[in-house]
Amino acid sequence: MDIYNSKYDIVIGLEVHAELCTKTKGFCDCKNEFGGEVNTNCCPGCIGLPGTLPTLNEEVVNFALKAGHALNCEVNLYSKYDRKNYFYPDLAKGYQTTQFDVPICHNGYVDLLEESGETKRIRVARVHIEEDTAKLIHEESFDGTLIDFNRSGVPLIEIVSEPDLRSGRDAKLYLETLRLILVAIGVSDGKMQEGSIRCDVNVSVMPKGCEVFGTRVEMKNVNTFTGAVRAIEYEAERQIALLESGGKIFQETRRWDDAEGKNFLMRSKEDANDYRYFPEPDLLTLSLSKAHVDALKESLPELPNARILRLMKDYGLKFFDAQLLMENLEKCAFFEECAALDKCKPQNLSNWILGDISRLLNAENLTLSDTKLTSKSLCEMVGMIESGAISSAAGKTIIEIILYEEKSPGDIVKEKGLSQISDLSALESIAKAVVEANAGPVEQYNSGKTNVLGFLVGQCMKQSKGQGNPAVLKEILLKLIKK
Amino acid sequence: MSLFQKTATELSGMLKSKQISAAELINDVFARIDAVEDKVQAYITQTRALALSQAEKVDERRQKGEDMPMLSGIPLAVKDNIGVKGIPLTCASKMLQSYIPPFSATVIDVLADNGTIITGKTNLNEFAMGSSGETSYFKMTRNPQNLDHVPGGSSGGSAAAIAAGEAVISLGTDTGGSARLPASYCGVVGLRPTYGAVSRYGAVAFASSLDQICPMGRSVADVSALFSEICGPDKMDATTANRGYLDFTASLDGEINGMIIGIPAEYFSDAIDADVAKLVMDAVRVLEREGAVIKQISLPSTGYALPAYFIISAAEASSNLARFDGVRFGHRANEYVNVDELIEKSRGEGFGDEIKRRLMLGTHFLSAGYYDKYYKRAALMRRRIQAEFEAVYQDCDCIVSPTAATTAAKLDENMDDPAKRYSADSCTVAVSLAGLPAISVPCGTALDGLPVGLQIIGKRFSEEQVLKMAYRFETATGGPKSLSVINQ
Repeated sequence: MDIYNSKYDIVIGLEVHAELCTKTKGFCDCKNEFGGEVNTNCCPGCIGLPGTLPTLNEEVVNFALKAGHALNCEVNLYSKYDRKNYFYPDLAKGYQTTQFDVPICHNGYVDLLEESGETKRIRVARVHIEEDTAKLIHEESFDGTLIDFNRSGVPLIEIVSEPDLRSGRDAKLYLETLRLILVAIGVSDGKMQEGSIRCDVNVSVMPKGCEVFGTRVEMKNVNTFTGAVRAIEYEAERQIALLESGGKIFQETRRWDDAEGKNFLMRSKEDANDYRYFPEPDLLTLSLSKAHVDALKESLPELPNARILRLMKDYGLKFFDAQLLMENLEKCAFFEECAALDKCKPQNLSNWILGDISRLLNAENLTLSDTKLTSKSLCEMVGMIESGAISSAAGKTIIEIILYEEKSPGDIVKEKGLSQISDLSALESIAKAVVEANAGPVEQYNSGKTNVLGFLVGQCMKQSKGQGNPAVLKEILLKLIKK
Repeated sequence: MSLFQKTATELSGMLKSKQISAAELINDVFARIDAVEDKVQAYITQTRALALSQAEKVDERRQKGEDMPMLSGIPLAVKDNIGVKGIPLTCASKMLQSYIPPFSATVIDVLADNGTIITGKTNLNEFAMGSSGETSYFKMTRNPQNLDHVPGGSSGGSAAAIAAGEAVISLGTDTGGSARLPASYCGVVGLRPTYGAVSRYGAVAFASSLDQICPMGRSVADVSALFSEICGPDKMDATTANRGYLDFTASLDGEINGMIIGIPAEYFSDAIDADVAKLVMDAVRVLEREGAVIKQISLPSTGYALPAYFIISAAEASSNLARFDGVRFGHRANEYVNVDELIEKSRGEGFGDEIKRRLMLGTHFLSAGYYDKYYKRAALMRRRIQAEFEAVYQDCDCIVSPTAATTAAKLDENMDDPAKRYSADSCTVAVSLAGLPAISVPCGTALDGLPVGLQIIGKRFSEEQVLKMAYRFETATGGPKSLSVINQ
């Protein structure tokens, strides 16, 4: 079924939970750290021992305010904490500390930026502070459930969108944009594989042109952005098929199983939890000064959309390259540092950073700061390629060295004899030999298969041990073949 | 006079001048415990060995010439809903029968640092819910003034222990009247501090917006000394206030001349035993003779305080006690097929009837469709009650009333009538809702031979005035009451 060309519109709202990368947990002094030895980052409060009380972490409030500002929200100078009550073994206190009717921020929006430069605005209903639960662990060697309380009390913000999303693609773009924003302002590490950002998805469908939303179904356990797309499309298709066969949608919560690519009924509306929210009596009303709130707004760095547009405008980068650079703030900053030296073309710099350098870093699981690479050395190398002094192939050799050693590319070129041969007579003799040895491909070229030229250039490069200037070789070859 | 009969103020002087040692004192108190505990049943856990070693340390420190705080060496009984590291913390519940806390309450840390000696953990209504002192899973504490009567609750053990000489001072907690009521019934002094004056960290929560840890003793001076040590801000309790350090014992002897005492008509209604009302009015005359000015006032919403209190406290309890699920600590059912059943059975088996009653009602009060009808209206009423207090405090310095409408009931008298039991708190709950300080100080003996308590209610953070007034009354009526004679 093509759900996007059916008689129905799809309406999607997302509830995104982002763990805040504060130094300590939300309501105690325990370290907020992923991956510690199980049950080491926890105190009596994290395991809900009787007599413990929550304390307020100022950094959590500031991070939530920064997120609110970055999402163009209004800030409530007075907000409060509430308890959400339910029983589950991962919920130590039997209630979650959250914000119910008065969230810290509300009424904002996110603009989704398209390649064309157009934007689609998704309204953000609210941003509120809450705490994460412990983690249940099931191991084959143990007949039961184990609980790791390291995550218990880790601070989260929940970002609730209005139902403004209309496709899986919208949802993915929204999630990617949110992630870029939260990472850019330094409140989230954005690590999806560590569960730093998770979401619940609400989906409904309605006949095209209708203004009344259909009954919405909530989906839990959506843990990746691509999973979100699949989950949304699966659920929309399920609902449309159900309606088309004369069925009815019930308000219910379903669990997405990403491996199966299906969702399953978790609970119907009748079985929904009654969370019995009430004001958290152990914490005071959260009262903020306007000056403090405004100061945090001023402290925000340049936000992703603005930066992407600026990278495109100032450096002539392609949209996707600018977006990719934004994905990694360190690389983005390094790119701008290099570009500022004005020694080579920004697009070439971007290609090297997003291409070979990223590949090498990923392979070793390193970041730029782990390497010896400097803006000066990279620019020098790219400049040499641009001037024809060395080939791109030589560049690949050089980059592997300057990542780990403090050497100048110029010295490496001398040391390894990597300078490019642009001497016409030397290159002509190589080209002649290659043409003679490859009569078949030459004939193919002359009969119209012009793409064999690349093969011939490659052969010449091989002969020149990578030092021939490929652009010059191409010229010579063309002259020789067309005779 | 034996050591155990003396007040902390007297004993502190004797310790300081090395007339006695802390070890001698603690031995004397434990001898008293051995003599009467069978009858009184004030303690759930006695910490004799620990107390003795603590006392010896205090003596050593004093021998070395260290200047020790006033309560160092003084035997203190602690209500068993306040955690002491390494000592069982039961809350008088089967649920926590085997629970040993890995940390101490802030107040305990402070007192232990100062060398106060903990004699043990005292009995209470299970999880501090109730005003008779009768719903402990372990034992029934008796009123030392008359063993056929209840000690009052929920801090029944803490009141009985000091009334019987089984400790010199004690810590209770007060949510709706749990320290003041047993103080009144047992003929001792109990102060409920302003909400936020004392850290709640380490006290097992019943209703967080109402709970306060309370100093109890046989004299106003002792209560002042204990309060001076435990009050103050704590970074572990976000609801504590920083009012600066105050030594409340220094200002006790001040004049009350010209202070205006409000007498609220609603606290002297027909629901108050005539006998009790008369003793309280006699006490008001005493204060008048001492120079206070008496003013008739009205707190019209007083009648709504009890239902509002019950709704709010039960609602908060339903959330606070959710952590007792058998998963991490406390009672766990032996057999269960899944986690839901584990939680249901553990709670079903671990909690007593009174707890279940309040948790079910509290859950109901917060439920969708009932929240507005119950919790929200109770919260609004709470605000109205607070406003009424604020209004009358424009024209008076403190308010005086009976602590309880009656003297202590007979054991088992009201066990089958929860509503009647709940009404025992009718004179104390409004104060709790408003977060005000109030003290109960003995003001005589009723015709049935049981003590009656005078409640003096202050403005927020006006403990100094409240204690001064109580001290003046105590002094004018012959000083601290002597220990009850335990017979039968």
